[in-house]
Amino acid sequence: MTEEQTNILDQLEAVRAEALEALRGAKDENDLLAWRARYLGKAAPVMAAFQQLRNAAPDLRPLIGQKANEVKNALEAALTEFGEQVKQARLRASLAGDKLDVTLPGRQPERGRLHPTTQTLREIYRIFAEMGFQVFQSTEVELDEINYGKLNFPLHHPARDMQDTFFTTDPDVLLRTHTSPGQYHAMRHFHPEPIRVILPGMCYRYEQVTYRSEIQFNQVELLVVGENVTFGDLIGTLEDFVHRMFTPDTHIRLRPNYFPFTEPSAEMDVECFICGGKGCQVCKHSGWLEILGCGMVHPNVLRNGGYDPEKYSGFAAGMGPERITMLKHHITDIRYFWGNDLRFLQQF
Amino acid sequence: MKLPISWLQDYIDISDYDVEALAHLLTMAGLEVNSIQLVGLPMPEESTHEFKISGLSWPKDKFVVAQVNEVLPHPDADKLTLCRLVDDEGEHIVLTGAPNIYHLKGIGPLEKPLKVAYAKLGAELYDGHQPGWVLTKLKKAKIRGVESSSMVASEKELGISEEHEGIILLPDDAPTGMALAEYMGDAVFDIEILPNNVRNACVYGVAREIAAFTGRALKPLDLRYEEAGDSITGQAMIEITDPALNPRFVVGLLKGAQTVPSPYHVQRRLRLAGVRPINAIVDATNYAMLEIGEPLHAFDYDILTRRAGGKAPTIITRTAAQGEKLTTLDGVEHTLEDYTILVTDTAGPLSLAGVMGGLESEVQDNTANVLLEGANWNYVNIRRLTKKEHITTEAAYRFARDLHPSLALDGVKLGLRYMQAWAGGTIAKGLVDNYPLPYSEPVNTLSVDFVRARTGIPAITAREIADLLARLDFHCSVSGDTVTVTAPGYRKDISEGVVGKADLLEELTRLYGYNNIPHTRLADTLPPQKPNFGFEMRNRLEDLLSALGMTQTISYRMTNPADEARVLPEQSVLDDSHYVVIANPSTPEWTVMRRSLLHALLKTVEKNSRVDERIAVYEIGPVFLPVAGEKLPNEEHRLALALSGVRERGSWNRAARKNDWIDFYDLKGVVEAMLQLATAEVTYEPAEHPSFHPGKCARVLCGGVELGVFGELHPQAAEHYTFGKAPVLAGEFDLVKLIEALAPKRELVPVPNFPPVLEDLAVVVDEETSAAAVEAVIRKGGGDLVTEVRLFDIYRGAQVGAGKKSLAYALTYQSMDGTLSDKDAAKIRKKIIGRLEYELKAKLRE
Ligand SMILES: [Zn+2]
Repeated sequence: MTEEQTNILDQLEAVRAEALEALRGAKDENDLLAWRARYLGKAAPVMAAFQQLRNAAPDLRPLIGQKANEVKNALEAALTEFGEQVKQARLRASLAGDKLDVTLPGRQPERGRLHPTTQTLREIYRIFAEMGFQVFQSTEVELDEINYGKLNFPLHHPARDMQDTFFTTDPDVLLRTHTSPGQYHAMRHFHPEPIRVILPGMCYRYEQVTYRSEIQFNQVELLVVGENVTFGDLIGTLEDFVHRMFTPDTHIRLRPNYFPFTEPSAEMDVECFICGGKGCQVCKHSGWLEILGCGMVHPNVLRNGGYDPEKYSGFAAGMGPERITMLKHHITDIRYFWGNDLRFLQQF
Repeated sequence: MKLPISWLQDYIDISDYDVEALAHLLTMAGLEVNSIQLVGLPMPEESTHEFKISGLSWPKDKFVVAQVNEVLPHPDADKLTLCRLVDDEGEHIVLTGAPNIYHLKGIGPLEKPLKVAYAKLGAELYDGHQPGWVLTKLKKAKIRGVESSSMVASEKELGISEEHEGIILLPDDAPTGMALAEYMGDAVFDIEILPNNVRNACVYGVAREIAAFTGRALKPLDLRYEEAGDSITGQAMIEITDPALNPRFVVGLLKGAQTVPSPYHVQRRLRLAGVRPINAIVDATNYAMLEIGEPLHAFDYDILTRRAGGKAPTIITRTAAQGEKLTTLDGVEHTLEDYTILVTDTAGPLSLAGVMGGLESEVQDNTANVLLEGANWNYVNIRRLTKKEHITTEAAYRFARDLHPSLALDGVKLGLRYMQAWAGGTIAKGLVDNYPLPYSEPVNTLSVDFVRARTGIPAITAREIADLLARLDFHCSVSGDTVTVTAPGYRKDISEGVVGKADLLEELTRLYGYNNIPHTRLADTLPPQKPNFGFEMRNRLEDLLSALGMTQTISYRMTNPADEARVLPEQSVLDDSHYVVIANPSTPEWTVMRRSLLHALLKTVEKNSRVDERIAVYEIGPVFLPVAGEKLPNEEHRLALALSGVRERGSWNRAARKNDWIDFYDLKGVVEAMLQLATAEVTYEPAEHPSFHPGKCARVLCGGVELGVFGELHPQAAEHYTFGKAPVLAGEFDLVKLIEALAPKRELVPVPNFPPVLEDLAVVVDEETSAAAVEAVIRKGGGDLVTEVRLFDIYRGAQVGAGKKSLAYALTYQSMDGTLSDKDAAKIRKKIIGRLEYELKAKLRE
């Protein structure tokens, strides 16, 4: 080997050693870029070696070329490897330094909500819709004849005492005391087809407004009319409803009651879903919650609606969505519902 | 109805029932027990109580019957006495201040010892000296040097009644030493009597229900008495003018009675049932009424004779002449309507039939001869009278619910029996029973198929149907698969025909047990399902508004005209003809049904202005607008919206800007968002509406149809409310039109496949030129290729000159057919600018 030859090869070796040493000193990507320019750029010694190849003796060229390639590849490999390390280190440092207080409040969009009664009504609609009940609505100001007469409350009948009525200055017109006049309207609307509807809406009773009674309240009433509707169907339908509205193992019980527009009539209690029937404040330690009135549609009501009571039968049931909401959310004062205090409404 | 349960025991054995078990039995039979008041009986041991239980128990070792043998003077106190008494444990000296034994003080050992209710050391009872019901425990104490750790009790102290004038004096045969609870422990049930259930508004009715549900034997009523007097015939006559109003009238005659007090147990039961004892004669009428449900009336026979000029009286029942007057025994003079039924004699009115006796012919302190009336009245007339005169009496309560005429006869017999037993005297032979309109018991036929089809009880047989109904005294005969059912002769709530069958089904299922009926799912045909557009869209609108950050409220629908006038700047109150007016308002605040949903919502804003710094609310509901010539008002459903307060709540990284209130454009933004997917083009026009600021009010139209108005509340109207500092933005919309505008009818606009060209354009126009006009011209100029026109800046100032403004728009040009070139874009821009210059005299701002 010639001296020249040894010289170049030694120089390349020295460049490699120097470059690798310098690479270890690089701290960030800028250092890496500078290093790259210096040791792998156009003017870098390795690159110069390639330039100088044509000046070298022809027989030496392969040897020097081979060496220069070897050094260049080694430097590139080192750069890749070390570059990855630097990047990782930088990411680590950045992640470590970029820490939020995740307990600080976020930026909330303003959130609106449905009134709790609307939410309960929707739930009731949904459950009954799946059983084929459609919503049917009628007016809040109603004729006495429909609110009472068509529902088998004859004038001067003691049953009229059951509901304290707001009358208007027209003696024939009142604020409906229940959604039951909707039974008459629904029958007149659907006749002679069978009926399966729910009748929701605001009703009015002359009461003192207290934590447990209101002058206006919603009611949701069920009405089924058909040629093959039984008392057992009424109980089964209500039980299905209760199992979905409350819990699937909620027990129900019926007690005889009286409504002029149904016969037989019943009051339905559900086993208190709060204490499981063991007794608590909500159920006043009785284990039962009174939630709805129901019964088989009275023959006179069917007849008034255009259905022959010898041929058709039906059932009706009425419940108060506010009461159900109160039970579900442990609300102890019914006056919250129309009080429109945002601190109440925004809890739903 | 208040029912002391010891009374039931007279007719059916319920001694093995604890009070709650009995209350449960009654409740499940349809006689709902509202509450139980213990009057001596022990509290049931269960930890949970199905019923509301109050009152006082008398533990057997603390309360006993005792015998007072002597009443001694107190050495130091004149008003007090010392009783030497014997109980189950021996003799005690007991201090008392009771005035009703004071007269026995110091007369030595009593010839007839007194029986008293004795409470021992440690007994808990009510403090007789304090108002209300305050419990106290007997402790060792000395009063004026005499040891006093036990007492002889008054009714109040034992929780029987408010009576505290003296101690209880028990009947002489009360067994000394017997536990008081055993002797007369009781519980009072408050039972809800349903309107069709008047037959059970009495002890015997309830006992009959218990018998039907338990199968226990019901003791028959004992209506026997001795008739030792002359025949009643000729001593009293009855004339019924209108049998439809007075189907039956029965009288009996008792002579030589005394107005003495009734036996203690009668008085106690009356008090527990809520009736004040008066004397044996009056008490007998009340006691018989409470027992079998027939109100009775006792006349002083001598007064009737005197009124008849010394002859035998003739009772005449008739309706009153319009304006006729009668003073009832409570001293109230009534001016009567012509439907009022009167019991009269030849001298004039005696009493309001079935409601209340007259003052004059009432039993007096010295009455000896009594004519006892038991009658039957048309319930409608009784009801009309009591409603008009606001009278509530036990008699009217029962007659207004339609009693069976058979009770008139039984009532008189039972009344005479008790009257004679307690007041003495001789009963005349026979009764006068005028019964011109006999009631015939309805007969119905039930087929097994019908019962099964209506009840859902699958396998019930004719025999079972008959057996069930027989438990409530229905007479049933079975023939094959049919049962012929005759109603019992004491109730009038069973009809005939299809209604009668329903009446029977109710009794049948009640006896079968509602809770024993199999639960089934509807097997009947599903009715045709119909679209319900308005209802479904309303739900969608609610969801949409809530998603836009608005909270739904529901207000009272009643208001008063003066309150509602607050929504107008001049606060002019509309007269009643504009309103649905409540005839019987519960408060002066709520006299009419609302006309303005806007006002209702503003009240909500007012209420919350101190609660929350940012209010965003809406309400959907009806207003009530009378329609000339129509009975019912137009219930127009509306949507009201309101916003007020800070635009953004302050936050740690977003400082609240001072006075950065929600303004017109915030509400407009909500309206725009609500109508983003409307069926037709939505436009906004300046509008005038009395409730809104004249310069900040817009009307919204969709396809030319007005949906509603919104704006900033008129400052003068706002003054009528207590709002915070922020302006209030509000609007009111017609719900039906709004829902029509929101119908999901939009067709898809294809999503473009080519890139858009975006460019900005600023033009200077006159101040009066509206943004809508500028946008319209831009769109007109650019045609279909202009797909979006977004105003992003408005500038007023020196650079554009006075009376001018600069509007800067970000425009999007888009073709569905290809990519627009710069040349295309320049062409569009040129057209737009040309239009703007030509139509609006606009100048391009460089
Ligand atoms: Zn409970």
